[in-house]
Order: sequence, then C-alpha cells, then structure tokens
Amino acid sequence: MNNLLWLVPTLPLLGALLLGLFGAVLPAWCTALIGTASVGIAAIIASSIGIHWYGNAPASHVFVQDLWSWIDLPHLSIGLSLYLDPVSLLMMLVITTVGFLIHLFSTEYMAGDEGYSRYFVYLNLFVAAMLLLVLASDLLVMFVGWEGVGVCSYLLVGFWFHKPANGYAARKSFVVTRIADIAMLVGILLLAVKLGTLSIQPMLARAVEVWPHGDVWPSLAAGLLLIGGLGKSAQVPFQTWLPDAMAGPTPVSALIHAATMVTAGVYLIVRTHVLFLLAPDVLMAISIGAAITLLLAALAALVQSDIKRVLAYSTISQIGYMFLAVGVGAWSAAMFHFLTHAVFKALLFLSAGAIAMRLHHEQNIFKMGGLRNKIPLAFWSFLIGSASLAALPVVSAGSFSKEMILGSVWFDPTIGPLLWGAGLLGALITATYISRVVFLVFFGPVRTEVSGRYGVRIAVPLIVLAAGSMLVGWLETPGFLGGNRMVTVLLRPAVGAVGIHPAMDILADASGYIAPLLGVAIAFTLYRSGYWQRAATAQPNALRRLMHSGFGFDAVYDVILVRPFMALVRGLRNDPVDLVITGISVLAIRLHRALRRSQVGQVRRYAGWVMVGSIATVAILVFA
Amino acid sequence: MNVSGFDLVFYGAASFSMVTTAVAITRSNPVYGLLNFVLSLLGMAVVFYTLGAPFAAALEVIVYAGAIMVLFLFVVMMLKLDRTTVAREASWITSAIWIVPILLGAMLGGELVDVLLQKTGPGSAHQVISPQAVGLRLFTTDLGAVELASMLLLAGLIGAYHLGRPSSEGD
Amino acid sequence: MVDLSWQVPTALASVLFIIGLLGLLARRSLVFVLMSIEIMLNAVALLFVTAGMRWGSPDGQIMFIFVINLAGAEIALGLILLLRLRTRLTTLDSDAANLLRDVQV
Repeated sequence: MNNLLWLVPTLPLLGALLLGLFGAVLPAWCTALIGTASVGIAAIIASSIGIHWYGNAPASHVFVQDLWSWIDLPHLSIGLSLYLDPVSLLMMLVITTVGFLIHLFSTEYMAGDEGYSRYFVYLNLFVAAMLLLVLASDLLVMFVGWEGVGVCSYLLVGFWFHKPANGYAARKSFVVTRIADIAMLVGILLLAVKLGTLSIQPMLARAVEVWPHGDVWPSLAAGLLLIGGLGKSAQVPFQTWLPDAMAGPTPVSALIHAATMVTAGVYLIVRTHVLFLLAPDVLMAISIGAAITLLLAALAALVQSDIKRVLAYSTISQIGYMFLAVGVGAWSAAMFHFLTHAVFKALLFLSAGAIAMRLHHEQNIFKMGGLRNKIPLAFWSFLIGSASLAALPVVSAGSFSKEMILGSVWFDPTIGPLLWGAGLLGALITATYISRVVFLVFFGPVRTEVSGRYGVRIAVPLIVLAAGSMLVGWLETPGFLGGNRMVTVLLRPAVGAVGIHPAMDILADASGYIAPLLGVAIAFTLYRSGYWQRAATAQPNALRRLMHSGFGFDAVYDVILVRPFMALVRGLRNDPVDLVITGISVLAIRLHRALRRSQVGQVRRYAGWVMVGSIATVAILVFA
Repeated sequence: MNVSGFDLVFYGAASFSMVTTAVAITRSNPVYGLLNFVLSLLGMAVVFYTLGAPFAAALEVIVYAGAIMVLFLFVVMMLKLDRTTVAREASWITSAIWIVPILLGAMLGGELVDVLLQKTGPGSAHQVISPQAVGLRLFTTDLGAVELASMLLLAGLIGAYHLGRPSSEGD
Repeated sequence: MVDLSWQVPTALASVLFIIGLLGLLARRSLVFVLMSIEIMLNAVALLFVTAGMRWGSPDGQIMFIFVINLAGAEIALGLILLLRLRTRLTTLDSDAANLLRDVQV
C-alpha cells in the first residue's frame, strides 16, 4: 500500500499538466472532472495509506520511498525521496481531503469564469507542490515545494488579474514571502555547509552530535529557518500580505491561505524540531512573537468590515496559536490545532464564499443581515465553523485543540503563565469578533436580497466539513471527556512523547472554557445595543483606524522599506552605471565635433600638423 | 684645425647645395626651381664624393639628377604653364606664408643642433668605400632587400600605368 | 678625402631637410610640394651616406640606393597624380583639392 505513495503528489501534477496542455480545448465538465478527480484519487490513496498505517505501521514509524537522485556532489547528495512519518501523514491526509472538497466546491463556485481551466491548473499544481513540500525527505526538495506553493499562491491571488489591485496584492504576497524565503535559503545553505547533508533526518541526527545545546550555530540556523516559516505563515512581522491575499477567489483563500500553505511554517518547525530544541532562545522568540501575533491579529479582526478580511486576520491569529504551541515544544498540540483549524477555517471560507455567491459577491458584513432563514445551509455551516473558531466547549473541534495548546503553554517553565494569559485573552477576542460577524450577517433585517440556489457540489463540501468541524476534535480529548489520545499517540514516534502534565489548576482549566462563552456574550450584548452597527457608520477614531489597518504595519513598511526602495529604483532607472558608458560616447561625440573643425581639406595644413607631432616626438626623444 | 684641399671642396659644394636648394624652393616658375634643384643635386654629388662614396656620387648625378629630375622637368614642361600661372604663383609667395614653416623648422633645427652638440664621439673612418664593396654587399647579404626594392618599383610601375590611363567614365 | 667629424655632413643634411620642410609647408603649387619632398628625401640619403662614412661600412650607400629607388617610385606616382589633378581641377593649387574638408551640416 505504502508503495503507492509516489502517486499522491504525482496525480495532481499530472492533472495540472493535462489541464495546462489541453485545458483550452476541453469542455468545462471535463476540466472539472480532471481537476477534481486527480486530487480525489490522491485523497483516496492517501486515506488508504493512512488506514493501512493505523493497522500496521512500519516498526520505525517511517516509510521512505526513494524516487531518484537529484544532485550528486562529492560532499553533498540530494535525492528526491518521499518521507512518510506520522507528521507528514497527517499533513498529507488534510491536504488531499480538504483539497478535494475545495476542488469540488470550486467546480460550481467558479462555473462560468473564463479562466476555468487555468484555475484548476493552478489549484492542482498547488496541491502537487504542497504535497511535495510535506513529503520531501530533503530540505532542498522541500524548498522546491515551498517555492512551488509560493508561485501558485501568487498566481491564484492574482487570478483575476484584470483588476490592478489584485495584481498588486499578488505581488505583495509574493515579494513579502520571498524576502522571508531568502533567509530560509540562507539557513538551508548554512545547514548544508555545517552539517554536510540536507536530508532531514541524518541532518538532525548530525546536528545533535555536532552542536551543543544552546550553541550559536543551531540558533542561527533555526532562526533563519524560522524567518522563512514566519513569512509563509504570515506571522508578525510578515503578516501584512495575508489580508491582501484575499483578492483571490474564495476557495483559494480556503485552501491556500487558511488550510494548508500558510501552515507550512508550523510544519517546517515541527519537522526540524530537533534543531529548534537545540536553540532555546529561538523557541522563546517563537512563543513571544506568536503571542503578539495572535493578539494583534485578533484585535484587527475585531474592526474589519470585509468578511474575508476578518477570516484572514483570524487565520493569522490561529496560526499564532500553533506557533505558540511550537514555541513551548508542544508539537502534537500544534499539529492537532493545524488539523482542526484546516477543517473549520476551510469551512468558514467556503461558507463565506457560498454567502457571497448568493449576494452578488458582496463581502461587506454591514450590507448583509438576516440571512439565517434565507440561506440556512450557509448559516449552519458558518455557525458551526464559527463555533469551532471561537472554541465553544465540547461541541466544536477548535475547543479541544485550543485547550490542548493552552494546557501545554501553562506548563512552560519560563514565561508560561504569561503566554497562557495572552492565549486566553486571544480566545476571548476571537470569540467576540467571530460572533460579531455571525450576528451581523445572519440576524437582524435583510439588507441585500439573495438570489440563486446551491447545487450539490456546494452543499456536499459544506456538510462534510461542518461534520468534521464538530467531530474531528474527539480524536484528542481532555481527561474528563474520555481522554482519547489518538493524535498524540499517532505523532509520538515522530515528535517524541510529551511529558504527561499534572492536572491544571481547575480554575485555569475552567477559564479556558469560559473565555469563549464570555466573548460570545460580549459580542451579543454589543450587537443588541447596536454598538457594532453604529461603530461602522461613525467616524472612526485613531485607535479604530489603527486596528482596521492591521496596526499600521503596511504604513511602517511603506516608509522604511518601500519608499526608500522606490527612491532607489527611481535613482537607478536612468542607469547611473550606464553614465560611464554613455559618458564615453558623449565625450567621443564632443571630441568629434571639436576635431572636425580641423578638417579644412588643405594638405599643407595637415602636413604642418604632422610636423608638429614629429617635432614633439623628437623633443621627447631628445630631451627626455 | 688644419684645412685641406678636400675640405675646401666639401665646404664649397655644401654651400653651393644649400644656396641652390634655398633658391629652388622660392622660385615662382617651376622650371627655374627644378633647374636649381638639379644644380643642388650636382653639388650633393660632389659632397658624396668628398665623403668617400664615389658610387653614391655617380648615382646622384646619373639617376637622381639625370633621370628622375629630368623626368620631373619633362612633366612640368608638359603642363604648359603660361605667364598667368607663374604670376599667380608669384602672388602666393608672400613673406607671411613663411612664418609658420620657419617657426617649425627652427624648432626642429634646435632639436637637431642639440643632438649634434650632445656627443662628439670618434671622428670619421676616413676611407673610400668602393663601388665594388657596395655591390658585393648589396647582391650577397642584402639580396632580399633588393627584391623588396624591385617589388616597390613594380608597384610604382603598375600604379603609374593604372593612374595614367585615359579616364573612361569621368574617373 | 676630407678630414671632418661626422657632425658636419649631418648638419648639412639637417639644413637641407629643414629647407625641404619649409618648401613643403609654404608652397601651394603641387610641383614645388613634390620637389620639396625630393629635397627631404635627398637630405635623408645624405644622412645615410654620412653614417656609412662614419662607420666605414658600405651599408650607407646601399641605403642610399634604396632611397633613390623609393624616390623614383614616388616621383612616378606623384607626377601621375599631379597630372590627374591638373586635368580635374585645372590648377596646381593644392588648396583647391579640398573635397575631403569637413562640411558643417
């Protein structure tokens, strides 16, 4: 069964190739079939591998499939191999399954768009690249996948490139992540130079051998890799590209900018966690940065009026939670939150897309309202997703994973309670801002009339993901709800056992469950009193403007990075280097103009000048 | 410094050459100029003879003065220069045109004088180099140079023939 | 045989060369220009003969023969060109042959 692993990334790639070559001549249904089936079959194979794994995993809990050797140098050989272990298995399952559902959703959502086949080419290519990223056994191969998803993200954000703003957003996301990727590439090269291999497992083993705990080299390497991860995962200070990336089609936001690609940073760190364990300072920096990110993003989400921007900020915030878990070494908690987040955030985005479909692509929540009875399917699916995002206890997947993270953070020996407090505050704000959206969109008077109806290809993904959002949390439950530990058990061979914590302070434990409810209550109160509606129409004060702009990072970057760079570009536009070259030609032309006056046509005068030259030459010979 | 008869002959011939040359380049009638130049060449032949180069002296008279300059003279006579041409020629010779050439010539002369005064070195070898010695050297060791000289003459011949053809299509 | 140091004939050659130079630079008539070139060539020939005398070597006279050779070839071509120019320009004024001058456009 495991030997079919190579088909999982290959099938979407094949789909992309087929559609890329023949997409223009194929009928739409054929395009949809190829695009969806390639990922669907990959999902089936991935699931079979997963089920097979559950029953009889290899003794080492690792399965490596060598495909071929890519680079073979005396001191460095890089093979294209697929590395399957519990972590990549989990990622692969999520990517293929959620990817398949989003493809299915897209076939109807994108129907009639003139770039229909182009869309599926990009989407299939993305899935292939993401699977390569996840399954790569070598850092350099992973980097190929890493850049591949970056390219697909760029292409899909700028999918409707006729609007300049979309092109700008695409460029922005591409450039910001590229800046981070350069740091990552430097880190990879550093590892290659210092450790002599980039194959992840031997490399990590060697790192432990060579580098002492807390040495400067592992800190540097881990820090550089971390910058790459922060860029891809839209964490502070690289978070600015993600809200703008919402310019792409909504299913793209669901797949790339919520469920899969943006969590690549978390995956990278979990995959190389041995290296990060050697660098405690970097881990500390991760958790502090994550706490800042999740709070800032949550606050920014509180004042957005575009439903997709709310979700974008919530994605930043939720990935902040994953980084928080990673920062304290709770690898399984991070992966578990990745799993639940992928499901409920995909659901939220697809629901938002489904709503927008019926409202003439209206995305402003203040122009929606009363949709509860108009489109019940979207309402229920969005409600379930929101409950999961808000981490309402017991009924939602998000609550289990968030509890797991907060529980792990609490026991961090250094600044655990502080981070825990930040996480708890974040949970409160999260519940508030998503409830605000739910109340404004689905309750109250109807502001925009709905039109059209949903087909089965919209309904099925929503229903499946909604079910997942409620149920997937039961894979890993706290002690008083049965104490399932399926995720932890699955991941233990890959990331090591997490020490069993003593029971948390009952008060702290309970507050984790109460905070979301409190958040919902706040949102409801403010909604009832009409505060949200008034705030949207009132002249925003300075604080509100600051929050709305995502705390002014864009403006700061504009001043300290973009403008100096543009000034440099303007300076270089006229090619100052070329001035040397053109200067020579200008000088030659000037000389020519001056010297042509001497061309009088009189042979005698020429002879005179020849004589002057000769006399000068003789003078040099005689007197020198 | 004891001055022998040969020395007197040398100085006399040298003075004669200089004077006739100077006269040659200042004439307005080309024929007079050329005739003066021929005289100057004859004086030069004497100078060569006194310097111990009888062969060169003979060639100077026979080839230079006798052949080349006479050819020149024929051509000038073929030009059929009339009085007006000569008069115009005379009108071009003003004192102003000599200023720049004399300046340049003085500079060159100064440099040459400087060179001449710098080193005296040993005097002359005081021996006559016979035509036999010249011929032996010329047609044994310097045979290649003779071939080159013949090439040059051939090139001159062909060039003169080509340029001298009557123009067919307005050059 | 004269009993001179080599500087005297060299000085004579220099004087003749400079006179030729004056003629070349001052005269406009092509006939005199050609003649001046002959004078300068002749001065150089004298220099060669003087050098041969100074070192007691026949090479000076051999070079003299080559100079005469060169003068013969040069005068043949020079005179032909002079004739062609005369038919084209109907004058011997070298300043009239200035078609290659710079024309300001």
